[in-house]
Amino acid sequence: MATQQSTSANPKVNYKYRRKKAKQEMRQHVTSFALMIFMTLIAFIAVMAGFDKIYVYPILLVLAAMQVVLQLYYFMHMSHKGHGTVALFLYSGVLVAFITVLTFVTIVWW
Amino acid sequence: MSTVAQKKGFLAVLWDYLTTVDHKKIAILYLTSGGFFFLVGGIEAMIIRIQLAVPDNNFVSAGLYNELLTMHGTTMIFLAAMPLLFGFMNAIVPLQIGARDVAFPFLNSLGFWLFFFGGVFLNLSWFLGGAPDAGWTSYASLSIASEGHGIDFYVLGLQISGAGTLISGINFLVTIINMRAPGMTYMRMPLFTWSTFVASALILFAFPPLTVGLFLMMFDRMFGANFFDASMGGNTIIWEHLFWIFGHPEVYILILPAFGIFSEIFATFSRKRLFGYAAMVFATVLIGFLGFMVWAHHMFTVGLGPTANAIFAVATMAIAVPTGVKIFNWMLTMWGGSISFTTPMLYAVAFIPSFTAGGVTGVMLASAAADYQYHDTYFVVAHFHYVIIGGVVLGLLAGTHFYWPKMFGTMLNEFLGKITFWLFLIGFHATFFIQHFLGLMGMPRRIWKFLPGQGLDMPNLISTVGAFFMAVAVIVLLVNIVITQVKNVRVGNDPWGDGRTLEWAIPSPPPFYNFKQLPLVRGLDPYWIEKMEGNTKMTPAEPLSDIHMPNNSFIPFVMSLGLFIAAFGAMYQVSWRASEGESFVWALPVLIIGMLITIGAMAVRSLKDDHGYHIHKEDLLDDEEGGRE
Repeated sequence: MATQQSTSANPKVNYKYRRKKAKQEMRQHVTSFALMIFMTLIAFIAVMAGFDKIYVYPILLVLAAMQVVLQLYYFMHMSHKGHGTVALFLYSGVLVAFITVLTFVTIVWW
Repeated sequence: MSTVAQKKGFLAVLWDYLTTVDHKKIAILYLTSGGFFFLVGGIEAMIIRIQLAVPDNNFVSAGLYNELLTMHGTTMIFLAAMPLLFGFMNAIVPLQIGARDVAFPFLNSLGFWLFFFGGVFLNLSWFLGGAPDAGWTSYASLSIASEGHGIDFYVLGLQISGAGTLISGINFLVTIINMRAPGMTYMRMPLFTWSTFVASALILFAFPPLTVGLFLMMFDRMFGANFFDASMGGNTIIWEHLFWIFGHPEVYILILPAFGIFSEIFATFSRKRLFGYAAMVFATVLIGFLGFMVWAHHMFTVGLGPTANAIFAVATMAIAVPTGVKIFNWMLTMWGGSISFTTPMLYAVAFIPSFTAGGVTGVMLASAAADYQYHDTYFVVAHFHYVIIGGVVLGLLAGTHFYWPKMFGTMLNEFLGKITFWLFLIGFHATFFIQHFLGLMGMPRRIWKFLPGQGLDMPNLISTVGAFFMAVAVIVLLVNIVITQVKNVRVGNDPWGDGRTLEWAIPSPPPFYNFKQLPLVRGLDPYWIEKMEGNTKMTPAEPLSDIHMPNNSFIPFVMSLGLFIAAFGAMYQVSWRASEGESFVWALPVLIIGMLITIGAMAVRSLKDDHGYHIHKEDLLDDEEGGRE
């Protein structure tokens, strides 16, 4: 999105600012990438260690949800400014889908 | 349209419309093709009513009757009501928010052509061996057993036009979020824009379930899958869930923009600010949200059990609350206003009791226990025609009269308009009010004929007579349109004299770039504010400068045409039982060629840069009115 670029007229300030931002962002990228690999490892270990399915399923689901959030915020730039409406639509979609699924597993297919 | 008036040949005009990406021209395309399908659906309805006019009638055969009722419902919802609403959204929303076009003009055109080809494909079924015959809901237990290609036409046609609708919905979301004029905050948006916004969000969330359902149905019927076949381990109820998870929001997709049109009309002709604007916005959003929580009220008798039925019953009744808020706000808008009863205002005033009657029977149907009695009777038919005709169609007719000057620059004749209104209103109530009682007497819906001497004869005859009133009303409207366009008396910016929102601040029809300078919005009903301060024009928010415009493109037409061709291939590569084992060797190549056309068109679009063009400042200054610098 165009809103991410600094609008400063001074190219030097702009350059310095961008350098700093880029550095920060790179650190976040690497951190979240490491986290994601770590979580994937946990998922594999949980399955291979042969725990009971009742424990493995929720662990896998929670890890998956965390991975999606990391992906959205640190790789697809939702942490940046100007994504409020996108987030609103994303969350309302998630809410509607969640309630629908919840309805099915609780009252429809009791 | 050029800034200089010039005569163009028919072919040039046709080419212009085939390639246009201008939201105002796409609006006219939506209006004409939606209007055409409205007439087709209307003729189907008239045949249904003639068949049911007298007991034991043999006007049409039983099989044809099933096709007629299926195509009437499908056509009216998908090919008439939605495109007509899209027509008004396209014509008005960009003007109301002070934008020069929608966010993605190319996609706007693609959305239209997908809808158009999907609709044509669906209706070609009449000439190619029989239309779909499993009802507009096309319940899987019935439709996967339906012989012939009827259901295949339904599945593929709706899949194509549904993609177009989804594209258009997303386009309006992006437009309204990103392209509002300076000062046009969310809480200053006119209510038609708000309801378009919410309806587009509903399209975004509701159409994917339909797409999934149609996709599964397509595989069941054409590629040997068994998603809905219980004997093969499938589940036929899944279709009903998928269909209604889409289908209930769908009816709000229809009614919310109609609410928006009425809100504009009430405020304009009561010469008052809309009462309870914030509450209206909140109610619109709430109706949209609740619309996703109630789908199973269409399935009370499926056997979901008392818990599910009770919860869905309560959720359904909850929708009456925001709807009631809106009804009272409209009445309070009129309260103490200086009302002028123009044709649009007549429709708006008649809408309140008509729609409320439909809402009340809706609450009756929502009581799950009582619904076992009403289910599948004419009571349901009466209910949904009261909300859809009393709400959506009255809204469309009102919008036609109200926005006609803005779209075409001419004013529909008020006298003929009022004749249309009275004929239509009387006909509508005569047709459907009595159907409540037919339903309560036990007449099932979707039956081909009924026997004499069961007390059903007279009410059915009255109902048919009412339908003829509506047909005459529509003919009067068409005559009105022809007379108006032939006379061609041009009108100015604000032909109603009381326009409140931005679209009335610019010429009718607007120049192709809409706003020479984007207007500065200083509050709700910005044009009214300026008028009250003695200004004749909006205050510009930017200096006059070059305007960037998109180029016309033929690619959307080609993309949609490719899918249209591919659909024939997909359909005829199965030899369905009724086609007597006929095998079509050409089917698979046609499927591949069609897909290649679409993919090729997409590739051309992706690889060829199209930067559009600029209208230069000097040309804008030359344009008659001249901008302020």
